[in-house]
Amino acid sequence: MDRMIYLSMAGAKAAMQRQDVLSHNLANVTTNGFRAELQAFRAVPVRGDGASTRAYALETTLGYNDAQGPLTPTGRNLDVAMQGRAWLAVQANDGTEAYTRAGSLDVNAEGLLVMRNGMQVLGDGGPINVPPNSEVAIGSDGTVSAKLPNQKPTPVGRLKLVTPEAANQLTRGDDGLFRAADGDLPADPAARLQDGALEGSNVSPVETMVAMIAAGRQFEQQMKLLQIAQTQGQQSAKLLGST
Amino acid sequence: MMRSLWIAKTGMEAQQTQLDNISNNLANVATNGYKRSHAVFEDLIYQNMRQSGANSTEQTVLPTGLQVGLGVRPVATARIYTQGNLQQTSNNLDLAIKGDGFFQIQMPDGTTAYTRDGSFQLDANGQMVTSNGYTVLPGITIPANAQSLTIGNDGTVSVTLPGQPTPQSVGQLQLAHFVNPAGLDPKGQNLFTETASSGTPNTGAPNNNGMGALQQGFVETSNVNVVEELVQMIQTQRAYELNSKAVQTSDQMLQKLAQI
Repeated sequence: MDRMIYLSMAGAKAAMQRQDVLSHNLANVTTNGFRAELQAFRAVPVRGDGASTRAYALETTLGYNDAQGPLTPTGRNLDVAMQGRAWLAVQANDGTEAYTRAGSLDVNAEGLLVMRNGMQVLGDGGPINVPPNSEVAIGSDGTVSAKLPNQKPTPVGRLKLVTPEAANQLTRGDDGLFRAADGDLPADPAARLQDGALEGSNVSPVETMVAMIAAGRQFEQQMKLLQIAQTQGQQSAKLLGST
Repeated sequence: MMRSLWIAKTGMEAQQTQLDNISNNLANVATNGYKRSHAVFEDLIYQNMRQSGANSTEQTVLPTGLQVGLGVRPVATARIYTQGNLQQTSNNLDLAIKGDGFFQIQMPDGTTAYTRDGSFQLDANGQMVTSNGYTVLPGITIPANAQSLTIGNDGTVSVTLPGQPTPQSVGQLQLAHFVNPAGLDPKGQNLFTETASSGTPNTGAPNNNGMGALQQGFVETSNVNVVEELVQMIQTQRAYELNSKAVQTSDQMLQKLAQI
């Protein structure tokens, strides 16, 4: 009996952790460029003397969903949506190079291209500087051009776009930015983006809600098993006690 | 007690912030020179409960870890400075800016504020002021006996006086331009003030060096797009609903736990 309650406890704990992951995905259903966290249960068999009948369940997160999110046209010339599997390189607060799909850019007071939260956007040759009073346009290959009044547009740099290999996905850091497992990725000249649009979150509300119902039911089943274990324990105690 | 309850709470709060913004935009749909804003979200930090790649035994490593994100937060309310429509009013003190730039306004405390709302008036001394009575910079005084008032697209203000065939110039309006107008601090009353992130203003005559041209007899209407706001509102409401469902599911799980 003792084994049964610990098995159910592990199952309930895993279902609760799945609920945490699903809630996080749902909370970010409108966050631009958010990648849904994938989750899976893993069986951990307990090996020991006798028949190995016990397998504990563990909740794991496998990585992120790589599917393209929906594009929303914004008409703003500093909004970019990366196409396919391309990522935009930014300088994270810890100074390392990180990647994001949320392409809502801004120009800060020093004239540097930055993200909404102030992180610098990286170009092929470091941060991109735009002259004051200029109108900025971003081409489909990431070329940033600035047009001063009464002058022709001049290129001022190119956004660094990278495409990770399919076998070598990026990993999500604690700050929500993505990084390559071994060193910075090289710029991909074939990567393309769409200007004047933003990519939404790729969380599927339907899938997440259904998964949430399933997690809730699974939790309920574990609770039921705990109750069964309790009744059985009581029954056997009664039998043993009456003899 | 249960992480998902608090995670879903951040989701609901974020959608509420978005709805606040949408309501403010819709409330200002007829405000001259109003620029719409939207909340921008980012995911909160992640908690690594089990690190992938950690050793499960001496020879083997965990293929996948467990990483739980802690929800969402609004990171900015981004103001969008696209051009609003120009509406004809035929009032010769109404000015609209076609292109970049802000009118400079002298506040009562001596500081300078900036606005796109060009529906100006004259005060008792003939000085150009905003609807709230704040002086437009550089100060321009219209003589009391002026017959007509013309403001050119470069900001030159000229008047005709009785008995004088040629119009007389009484001053030129100046506009201010910012590197990052999204960093301006909205003060209400259609006014914005300079901040560290907006950069310092570059002033200059309209229709020159990147400044927009002035159009007399027009005002710039709000750039709120009602259809877009309503679609956003639907999306916001549904996202709020989904997150409240997550709270409910978590609550039911706790309820089952308490029943055993």
